Amino acid sequence: MKINDVILKTVSQAGVLIILTFGVYLFLSGHNQPGGGFIGGLVLATAFVLMFLTFDSETVNKAIPFDFKKISALGVLLAFSSSALPMFFGQPFMSQSFGYFDLPIFGKTELATVTIFESGVALTVIGVVVNIITSISEDE
Amino acid sequence: MHLLIFAILFPFLAAALIPLIHRRLGPLNIGWLVLAVPFILFGIFAWQIPGISSGDTIAAALNWIPSLGINFSIYLDGLSLILALLITGMGTLVILYSIYYLSPTDSLPHFYAYLLLFMGAMLGVVLSDNLLVLYVFWELTSISSFLLIAFWFHRKNSRYGAQKSLLITVFGGFGMLAGFLMLHTMTGTFSVREIVSTIGQYSDHALFYPAMFLVLLGAFTKSAQFPFHIWLPDAMEAPTPVSAYLHSATMVKAGIYLVARFTPIFGGTSAWFWTVTLVGLVTLFWGSFCAVRQTDLKALLAYSTVSQLGLIMSLFGMGSAALHFGDGEAGAVYGLATFAALFHLVNHSTFKGALFMVVGIVDHQVGTRDIRRLGGLMAFLPITFTFAVIGSFSMAGLPLFNGFLSKEMFFTASVNAASLPAFSAETWGWLIPVIAWTASVLTFVYCMIIVFKTFFGKHEPKKLDKKPVEPPFGMLVSPAILSILIVGVFFVPNLLGDHLLRPALNGVLPGITGAAPHISAWHGFNTELWMTIGIIVVGFLLYKYLRIWKKVYAIIPEGWTFNALYNKFLEALEENSNWLTSKYMTGYLPHYFAYIFGFFILAAGGTLLLTGALSIDFTTDTPIPSYEVILAVVMAIAAIAILFVKSRLTSVLLNGVLGYSIAIFFVLFRAPDLALTQLVIETVTTALFLLCFYFLPEWKPEKASKNLKIRNAIIAVAGGLTVTLIALSVRAGNLYDSISSYYEDAYELAGGKNIVNAILGDFRGFDTMLETLVLFIAGLGVYTLIRIKGGKETRKNED
Repeated sequence: MKINDVILKTVSQAGVLIILTFGVYLFLSGHNQPGGGFIGGLVLATAFVLMFLTFDSETVNKAIPFDFKKISALGVLLAFSSSALPMFFGQPFMSQSFGYFDLPIFGKTELATVTIFESGVALTVIGVVVNIITSISEDE
Repeated sequence: MHLLIFAILFPFLAAALIPLIHRRLGPLNIGWLVLAVPFILFGIFAWQIPGISSGDTIAAALNWIPSLGINFSIYLDGLSLILALLITGMGTLVILYSIYYLSPTDSLPHFYAYLLLFMGAMLGVVLSDNLLVLYVFWELTSISSFLLIAFWFHRKNSRYGAQKSLLITVFGGFGMLAGFLMLHTMTGTFSVREIVSTIGQYSDHALFYPAMFLVLLGAFTKSAQFPFHIWLPDAMEAPTPVSAYLHSATMVKAGIYLVARFTPIFGGTSAWFWTVTLVGLVTLFWGSFCAVRQTDLKALLAYSTVSQLGLIMSLFGMGSAALHFGDGEAGAVYGLATFAALFHLVNHSTFKGALFMVVGIVDHQVGTRDIRRLGGLMAFLPITFTFAVIGSFSMAGLPLFNGFLSKEMFFTASVNAASLPAFSAETWGWLIPVIAWTASVLTFVYCMIIVFKTFFGKHEPKKLDKKPVEPPFGMLVSPAILSILIVGVFFVPNLLGDHLLRPALNGVLPGITGAAPHISAWHGFNTELWMTIGIIVVGFLLYKYLRIWKKVYAIIPEGWTFNALYNKFLEALEENSNWLTSKYMTGYLPHYFAYIFGFFILAAGGTLLLTGALSIDFTTDTPIPSYEVILAVVMAIAAIAILFVKSRLTSVLLNGVLGYSIAIFFVLFRAPDLALTQLVIETVTTALFLLCFYFLPEWKPEKASKNLKIRNAIIAVAGGLTVTLIALSVRAGNLYDSISSYYEDAYELAGGKNIVNAILGDFRGFDTMLETLVLFIAGLGVYTLIRIKGGKETRKNED
């Protein structure tokens, strides 16, 4: 029996885009507004989960050819190495700094090193969540 | 960044790059690239020799966790420099040798990555000034050694040996960590240099001796001292280059380094003197005694390493007496032992490294290391034979080789120690030279066994797997360099003495001047020389009549060894833990919940009642608005309803109701971050549950007896009650000032208006980072559990 899932597919194509945008927004706004690496990563992961639910894993793997195990490993590496980096500039482990810059389009923007650390957290969360879901859902 | 900090990190960086480079390399052996790492590092350290030998020391630091006193601080003095040169120098030779030794079917990237990890860790151990950093590197050497011993992990013996070495050395390492923490409690610092300068005022402290013995425990286990020596022979399952590098030249010297490094702290006391000296002497004797009976050349060398490590250890023990006498003639006399220890440390690395390489060549070219099958190889492997003679005769302490010089000094030191006018040495001190001499006779015997049983006698081709021929040139280079060093040091010993040993001596015995002698090969017909002559005569006789007196070994019953004790202990541990585990791991989830909550009620609820922390006060509460009441009622209904529903889907949905209601509570209490997280988590877990819904077993009504149901209900109610009571009582106990005022400055301190996020990322980022790691490990765990099936059937057990 072929399942008629046209509506699900159409809706989720739009939905994925919205969720992804929302996830990126949450991630970037984290420092000043609700959000951050963990939640942003989690929301981004739900977008991928929705894709895996709607389409079969082969199609999704063709569209996003990442190994999510490696993404989570990269996240941990990023979180650790960005924490260790300040040591080489005479600062304690995990010190963060921030500053305000005048960027062409955004105007005066705050840039913080904690964003690098947070992106490590986000990547780990995305990788782990998607990895768990795909490995559970994959049929034999 | 200081050059020396880079030197420690360099091997780690190189190890990380190996997987990336390896694939692009094609047929070229990755070892050739890896070879550059120790070679460059050796150059860096050799560059420091002039400065260090003129009395300088180098210190540099990176801030790590300064608020806890943990900093990546390094300190290079003469003692560290000698070890660093050994690590990088031997590393270069061993890697060169391993390029020819390992077969192309072995996983070379793994091998060299582990070896580089080890090298970096070892450099970290000898250069760290901070005790905790030293400990981290110390355990890293144990782990990399574990990986290297188990390199041929399809062999059962390799796995056994790796496990044994890890269990024993990490056990000691934990003890050492406790000792370090005690030192920190006493002195308030983790810096070795600071402890050395202030320890004088703490020698009456209650923790002084416990700390000393715990640190020694770490040193003894690492350096395979009696009775912890049993791991070293089993570690010989590692490839021979590893044995030559880790288990004779470097890692096992870490314990000796530790003793040397801590001599200024604990030395000068009678406990330190006797413990280190006696453990060293017993190890020296027992190792040499066991070595004679071995039939496997590598096992023989393993026991000889144990024995030689004991020798060096005992010398450091004797030398520590110098600190008791202080600067002066007596101090200089006993300080000579420390000088001899450092000298023998270097010599041992050269001759034992060469011997391991020789045995590796024999094994590689002939196919066996069993002396009962070997014999008459001199005609086929003349060059290898030459190296074997040089190495063995040096170990036996014969003239023309560097071992002679340090062995003579060892005798001098032991004779001196026997007449020590302190530490009540006058009663039992005579034992020291007697044990030293006896062990040296046995050393002579097994050195002869190595040379004569392998290279002389009848050649029987039938017993060998391969036709013996000399190995490729590259394999001979490393033992050749070591052999040249062995002979070279004999003729110009003072080059080594003045530039390396003398500054190192200052590191071990600060303030003792004049302990470093002018080394001379000929020192007249004195006691030491007669002792050597006696060794040659008696040793030769013992070797000749080996067949007759070897029966001595049969006296000791087979089961009376420490090995048997270790095996029995592990067996009993396994059986008992199996028994215990099978008692409570029933595989039935409700049982586990009952245990967990039962324990929680007892521990948390009991503490609450016993400490009188239970105090509930509603008077200061703000009024509860009606919508909160409604929400709470909804949650309560949903929770109770879960108990009575008949279908699984409904219970999942009700669970979702609970989760989303909590999220609404977070919104009401102005915690948008938590609300967001809760919402997304709830969504993801519900999706997860629906995914595996199809695979779950059928939902059956619970068939539990009435008693069980009542018991479960009691546990459930009590658990809920405990949590509620704790939550209500928490508000009453304001033992400490709130730290929340600190976080109020989040915008000024971290530039973030979202205080929650600033706490997670900036103020308490450590938690977040480790949580990330935990999440990652959990993810990997789920993946391996689900995806990798039937690993047991496919794993090959070759023996």
